[in-house]
Amino acid sequence: MNAIFEGIGASVRRKEDLRFLSGRGHYTDDMNRPGQTHCVLKRSDRPHAIITSIDTSAARAAPGVVAVFTHADLDADGVGGVPCGWQIHSKDGSPMVEPGHPVLATGRVRHVGDPVVAVIAETRQQARNAAELLVIDYQDLPAVAHIADAIAPGAALVQEAAAGNTCFDWHIGDKDLVDAAFARATHRVKLDLTNNRLVPNAMEPRAAIGDYDAMSGDYTLITTSQNPHVIRLLMGAFVLHIPEHRLRVLAPDVGGGFGSKIYHYAEEAIVTWAAGKLKRPVKWTADRSEAFMSDAHGRDHASTAEMALDAEGNFLALRVATVANLGAYLSTFAPAVPTYLSATLLAGVYKTPAIYAEVRAIFTNTVPVDAYRGAGRPESTFLLERLLDTIAHDTGIDRIELRRRNFIPTDAFPYQTPVALQYDSGDYVSTLNAALKAADWDGFAARRAEAKARGKLRGIGVSTYVEACGIAPSKLVGALGARAALYEVAQIRVHPTGSVTVFTGTHSHGQGHETTFAQLVASQLGVPFENVDIVHGDTNKIPFGMGTYGSRSLAVGGTAMVKAMDKIIAKGKKIAAHLLEASVDDIEFANGNFTVAGTDRAKSFGEIALTAYVPHNYPIEDIEPGLEETAFYDPANFTFPGGCHVCEVEVDPETGVTTVVNFTAVDDVGRVINPMIVEGQIQGGVAQGIGQALLENAVYDEQGQLVSGSFMDYTMPRADNLPNISVGTETTLCTHNALGVKGCGEVGAIGSPPAVINAVVDALKDYGVRHVNMPATSQKLWQIIQDSSAQPAVANLSSN
Amino acid sequence: MYDFAYEKPTALAAAVASLAGDMDAKALAGGQTFIPVLKQRLNKPTTVVDLAALGLVGITVTADSVTIGAMTTHGEVALSAAVQKAIPALANLASMIGDWQVRHRGTIGGSLANNDPSACYPSAVLALGATIVTDRRSIAADDYFQGMFTTALEQGEIITKVIFPIPQKAAYQKFRNPASRYAMVGVFVAKTAAGVRVAVTGAAQGGVFRHAAFEAALSANFSPDAIAGIATSADDLNSDIHASAEYRAHLIGVMAKRAVAGT
Repeated sequence: MNAIFEGIGASVRRKEDLRFLSGRGHYTDDMNRPGQTHCVLKRSDRPHAIITSIDTSAARAAPGVVAVFTHADLDADGVGGVPCGWQIHSKDGSPMVEPGHPVLATGRVRHVGDPVVAVIAETRQQARNAAELLVIDYQDLPAVAHIADAIAPGAALVQEAAAGNTCFDWHIGDKDLVDAAFARATHRVKLDLTNNRLVPNAMEPRAAIGDYDAMSGDYTLITTSQNPHVIRLLMGAFVLHIPEHRLRVLAPDVGGGFGSKIYHYAEEAIVTWAAGKLKRPVKWTADRSEAFMSDAHGRDHASTAEMALDAEGNFLALRVATVANLGAYLSTFAPAVPTYLSATLLAGVYKTPAIYAEVRAIFTNTVPVDAYRGAGRPESTFLLERLLDTIAHDTGIDRIELRRRNFIPTDAFPYQTPVALQYDSGDYVSTLNAALKAADWDGFAARRAEAKARGKLRGIGVSTYVEACGIAPSKLVGALGARAALYEVAQIRVHPTGSVTVFTGTHSHGQGHETTFAQLVASQLGVPFENVDIVHGDTNKIPFGMGTYGSRSLAVGGTAMVKAMDKIIAKGKKIAAHLLEASVDDIEFANGNFTVAGTDRAKSFGEIALTAYVPHNYPIEDIEPGLEETAFYDPANFTFPGGCHVCEVEVDPETGVTTVVNFTAVDDVGRVINPMIVEGQIQGGVAQGIGQALLENAVYDEQGQLVSGSFMDYTMPRADNLPNISVGTETTLCTHNALGVKGCGEVGAIGSPPAVINAVVDALKDYGVRHVNMPATSQKLWQIIQDSSAQPAVANLSSN
Repeated sequence: MYDFAYEKPTALAAAVASLAGDMDAKALAGGQTFIPVLKQRLNKPTTVVDLAALGLVGITVTADSVTIGAMTTHGEVALSAAVQKAIPALANLASMIGDWQVRHRGTIGGSLANNDPSACYPSAVLALGATIVTDRRSIAADDYFQGMFTTALEQGEIITKVIFPIPQKAAYQKFRNPASRYAMVGVFVAKTAAGVRVAVTGAAQGGVFRHAAFEAALSANFSPDAIAGIATSADDLNSDIHASAEYRAHLIGVMAKRAVAGT
């Protein structure tokens, strides 16, 4: 019964929503420890300056102040810098420039928001009051915020060790092959484009509480993290030198992450270290302004893309050069984003035979940039799918036909791309066909004419994409520079009466794991859904884990659960064989029953569990009592979700305002456990993609001040900016994990931005528009229309 | 926020006295601007004088005017059947301020006393030629607005109500700032027996202003075509990451045309 209604494939309502929707979630800032103090950070208001002096005397004397700490206090205790988890090597083989990332600014500040002084007081109000009494003298230095300024000759250096502000200059692919293909090509189409910088803006701002037990010497960190074990590893081993058994990291309910809560942040180290120093708990909670200037930002790439084609429009070679802005310091996974998480996807869904990509990563006086929903794949997808439409524009080949002509054929899997990845499965024709049908692509001309009669410019755009997630094979990422492994861990504890607790190293911060994983385990073990509980976010309870990002939780974490359940079932078969006096090879397990094959002799899962814990009649010589198993699963490959997004917009030519009127997503995310949750994940991703395409932009001025530093100026997408988003799935199974699952967390944000911009460009095609960079704001489109009206339409074409 | 004393007087005279006697005392109306300002520590009042218990609420409609108590919320104005009937454009304007939460706290008096250059209400008050009544006098709209965050109010002077003459026709068109949802350009057009008045908010550095060229053209011919060819100068208009002065100047024309068409 339960297997039918609550098992794999059922849209079970999310059990975590009872507490989330009734305001009873338990977030870090909801927690308070006895004797707790409060930390407020004094942050730099300068983009780039030498700290000439810090006078803390007045702050120390202020009411309620417990302590005031600067980098000197941290240095005295040997506190290390915030580490980077991925090392990239440049073309010449040299390692990336890896400057220190001090927990509190040391000698210099390098971006607005760089933490300088930690003030700890009895109340938050007192800490804020005292922080205003700090006197910090700065000697301002020239700052660079934008890519063009940072790479200009003679630009101010953000990091002294990084000449030309270059962190690394990396490449992938076969340059000679690409050059040769370009030399013989019939068409060469080139496009310059940017991928706009975004502020993640999770609903819950970051927070952290450090605690120390002087009796045991144990430290506890409660933090807003997507991966508590990673934080324990990074902070314990590299920053504070606390061994794992003395450091517990808890990540309770977390209100959204989108990547921004993967990284180890300075604040976590400050409160943990200070708790040990003061022998009192220390709490820090970011306000929204702090979040804007201290959460790792996303994207910020500038690229040139060129495709070589033969006379029939077949792709011969792709050449890409990208400059990636990594901000002032290296965030945890920053170097991987523009390289192995982006350039390796440049084949996309196409059989382009030769690809060469160069990525120069640079430092600027801005907040560090790291993975944000999609992490590199949105950047490469936007580049490719904009380039596709630009090729169609320049060559006159229909954009759908161009895609079909160059698709990796459905019978070509596994498919080895020229940029390292091997796609295991996919069917790009079926997702394209389904999306075009659902979006009524063929009926668009009539809708365009109807809109024109109303004075509106209607456009339609498509994107066909593939992404790589379910990260990742440890050996492979290790070879590519990862300083961590990327397997996942599950521990399944079957209790004596047959209920089940699952301990997972993944972390749910909105994804609905408590429901999806319970469905998975309930259906596999044949126990009721409500008898399965999912535990995550506590390093003292869970053996180990790498956390949740890169759409990996089900593909890697779920597969670890399957492996652990396989062990449970194998042991259960031995117990059943003993009880049923049969050979273990004759025991079958299905629907919660262990049965002797071909007979009606059976033992239920609950009976077996009870026997395991009350082993009166038990093969004690062969197996131990108890029914609890742990599995580590290291994936054999990435997973490759893909699909097709179709967007339809109307532009008001008088105001430049774009309205998204239809959005259709047909995605292949592999096997679906809970269709409702998958639809929600895709809708949320598409909302963020539409936000990036039309609205969101982190704007720094020339001096390095963050102009869009609050919701007064940073345009978050809201319900009235979004259409109803139609979501469909077309499934091919992943071939290398037990469930055939691929992942759905990021596809929405990956596939949608180019569909939106392709639609905007299509809407403006009568104005001779060839490309529009994101975000396509009303002002930008109005200006394009104005400029076009003033000049012949062709003058607006960017030159090749 | 910083610590401050809090008073909630029940008599207008007491509130006036509290504010007049202390240059650093501040009045609290709906608090939808002031509370965020306090939370960001951008203001450090000695005393916050809450005007909520002074009885300055309510809407009265007569044959030729709509009178709104200063502490009446945007939500009450938006949902008032009487206002919707007498001056539908005013109810419509109120319905476009902020979100539901803001509209259920924010007040007309608070908005006018603050005179944010991007606020909606100043455009209606100026275009309709309303009268602002305070604890001590009546001020004509044309005399009231004196630049960004600046009004004719004296220290400690409290708005008690606003009287709107009922126009023949009126309409408000708002182009929202995409992020803040304040008016990036808001145009209120009113046709009265004495002629047409057009007030523009959100666009100018000095806050709300009357658009003389539009008023003259529309007084002669109240139709969108009458102003189609009239360009608005970008001089003295705001320019920011969302809209250049030229874009705002253009939007003033578009919003005005749509307002006229919508009356």
